[in-house]
Amino acid sequence: MLQGVVSGLLFGGVYSLMAVGLTLIFGVMRVVNFAHGDMMVWGMYLAYVLATRAGIDPYASFLVCAAALFALGFVVQRGLVDRIVDAPHEMQILLMLGVALVLENVALVAFGPEPTRVRSPLASATLWLGPVFVDVARLVTFLVAVALTTALWAFLFRTDLGRTIRAAADNTYGALVVGTDVRRVYAVAFGVGAACVGAAGALVSPILPFQPPTGLSLSVASFNIVIIGGMGSLLGAFVGGLLVSLAESLGAVFLKPSLKELFSFSLLIVILLIRPAGLFGRRSA
Amino acid sequence: MSLLVARGLSKRFGGLHAVARLDMEIARGEMLGLIGPNGAGKTTVFNLLSGFLVPDAGDIVLDGHSIVGLPPHAICRLGLARTFQIVRPFPRMTVLENVRVGALARCPRAPEALARAREVVARVGLGPRERVAAGALTLADRKRLELARALATGPTLLLLDEVMAGLNPTEIETIIQLIRAIHASGVSILLIEHNMRAVMALSQRIVVLSFGERIAEGAPAEIAHHPKVVEAYLGEEYVRAAPA
Amino acid sequence: MKWVLVAGVLALLALPAVLSSYALTLFILIFFYGFLGQAWNIVGGYAGQLSAGHAAFVGVGGYTATMLSIELGLTPWVGMLIGGVLAALLGAIIGYLGFRFGLRGFYFVLLTVAFAEICRVAVSNIDALGGPLGLYITFTGNPRQFQFQDGRVYYYIALALMLVATLTAWAIERRRFGIYLAAIREDEAAAEALGVNAFKYKMLAMVVSSFLTGLGGTFYAFYLFSLQPNTLFGIPLSVEIIIRPIVGGAGTLLGPILGSFILTPLAEISRLYLGQGGLHGAHLIAYGVLLIGVVLFLPEGVYPRLRRALARRSGQTR
Repeated sequence: MLQGVVSGLLFGGVYSLMAVGLTLIFGVMRVVNFAHGDMMVWGMYLAYVLATRAGIDPYASFLVCAAALFALGFVVQRGLVDRIVDAPHEMQILLMLGVALVLENVALVAFGPEPTRVRSPLASATLWLGPVFVDVARLVTFLVAVALTTALWAFLFRTDLGRTIRAAADNTYGALVVGTDVRRVYAVAFGVGAACVGAAGALVSPILPFQPPTGLSLSVASFNIVIIGGMGSLLGAFVGGLLVSLAESLGAVFLKPSLKELFSFSLLIVILLIRPAGLFGRRSA
Repeated sequence: MSLLVARGLSKRFGGLHAVARLDMEIARGEMLGLIGPNGAGKTTVFNLLSGFLVPDAGDIVLDGHSIVGLPPHAICRLGLARTFQIVRPFPRMTVLENVRVGALARCPRAPEALARAREVVARVGLGPRERVAAGALTLADRKRLELARALATGPTLLLLDEVMAGLNPTEIETIIQLIRAIHASGVSILLIEHNMRAVMALSQRIVVLSFGERIAEGAPAEIAHHPKVVEAYLGEEYVRAAPA
Repeated sequence: MKWVLVAGVLALLALPAVLSSYALTLFILIFFYGFLGQAWNIVGGYAGQLSAGHAAFVGVGGYTATMLSIELGLTPWVGMLIGGVLAALLGAIIGYLGFRFGLRGFYFVLLTVAFAEICRVAVSNIDALGGPLGLYITFTGNPRQFQFQDGRVYYYIALALMLVATLTAWAIERRRFGIYLAAIREDEAAAEALGVNAFKYKMLAMVVSSFLTGLGGTFYAFYLFSLQPNTLFGIPLSVEIIIRPIVGGAGTLLGPILGSFILTPLAEISRLYLGQGGLHGAHLIAYGVLLIGVVLFLPEGVYPRLRRALARRSGQTR
């Protein structure tokens, strides 16, 4: 069982990265990215293409994937979401659902429905850390994910652009008044959020078999984490990612694999019902 | 004879006492003004009376029934209607359709509710704009719409939250006449207002709130020169300087 | 306007006489999805509570009637009603949890999706219900078992279902129930202040909607002779259900019907020309693009825009 705990925690790095991306988008723009999981799947497929066509290992290509997804996020925000910033929430939800549908099914048409995995030499390496087996792949994934999250934190709290993003998140009107190009800030924020899952997807692609429908489970996992940790809270998303991954990992120890989804969705319902502001949430949706 | 009695009403938000041990009474047929500086807790009182907030302590009795803990729709049906400080019209419905929603509280059948709504709309002077979408109205008209909607529910007590905010002097005059007419028709009114001239002109009695507590109560003339009131609005230095 | 509708219904009643069997199938699908869309419209359009998990009700209804028919030999005509009731029960549970706990907007959507997926996974894992491969219904052509040799009977049943749902929506729309739902959709708190018991009316809308959707499940099962959990409870079906009313006009009476008349033929054409297998997802791409397009350019849907254009054309102003 300790094995389960360690595995879970290591995988949690990726979950955290994923969740941080989602919460950033929500925190800045109050938009729920229903296409989050599907974007991550694209990160995975991109890593796959780079690995099979260009021979680049995902542990090297994750930055490229992040950049590509950044572009996607930026375009989605600038071209689509931006136009309905003032519309009722239902419209935003439907818009992102539409984006999710397009992403998932283009992937289906382009790559087929069969599950895929990316080959990487690291994937089969393991080492002993005390009493437990550690997948080198998972360890590297965890370390990189933590590094990226830290980099993101530094970006948001130490750079001017990052501070501008946070300011716009806290007070859009005020940001406008001081001359901030709020639209650009939003687009950057969305792009960064998408870049997070781009990287996360690449990192995970050797470990987790994926297919286009995986997007939904990943989205659900993201929502679980973000709601537990508190919508809009970066720390909450990070901690939540570790917790949820741990819970799922322990759950997998005791449950049939096919029931894992059942567990995730049930967890989501429970969280929805008792959520108020989550662990660290400072605002309500 | 008391229509509404609030005793020991208290509400805290975290460390802030928005309303503290408030006692208040409205007699049947009375028009009571509720004033106080910004943040005094006036809208919180409205939210407590209308069921949008549950008090931490205290009781509210409307026409003999205790209404603490009842949801807003139940309180409305018992005869207490309210308007919102920032108007909330149903934007995609017409003026008439908006008021019809209120009228349905008294007339469950849609055709009768529509007829009643038409009367109320005419009464507040929005007749010519019956078919206009609420989202397209001017602010003054939206305020009238808000009033009409609440009126259509047939209240015995009407809570008006800063109805005059944002209106120009002509519009304010019109609304004052309208409120007088509503009062004359037998509806008791509790009004929150910052426009002192209007409050003094309309109210029979005024309650003054500051930091969630009642600091003064009485006829308009008494309140205007009451030292505690002057202090609350203008600060201590002005109390000594205020004319007797 | 009324006469146009009456003429339309009469035309639809007479149509089977001239339709090829393929066209007949197309119309059956148009009516069926129009029916499901109209049922959804009651809670998703009129009440404004976006449910993205309505397939769960189709599944519950379909599986109930099928199991009752297989295990107990109960005629699906009765099984249909029982299926509807069970679907309504599920709807009541989801509604209760959602509305009591104040789940709005995106949280409510998530709740509905979660329930639908739980049903899907659960049913996939229960062998007694056929597991992941599902259930098959043997063809007997026996009307008592809701099976007909003549495709035209299915046509009339599907049409009847669509009309029933539309009449229900119409009845709701003009009464206090519908007016209150519209008020809740516009501004729930303001509605409450006017005496509207939002919880009660949202629950009612949910129960009516899920009951009707559940009836559709039986039709689906006995028209296609098979049920699989992934199809019957899955997100693609939920998307099919909501896309027609949204494109046609959510919260309007004719929106879901118009939406079905527009989208169903398009979906069928795309299925034909873009082939089977992996390309099956292609029409979902079109749906996604349409959804985005509607949100950006036609948020109220086709029908309201059309109605305004026609009114302007005939010289009337609003």
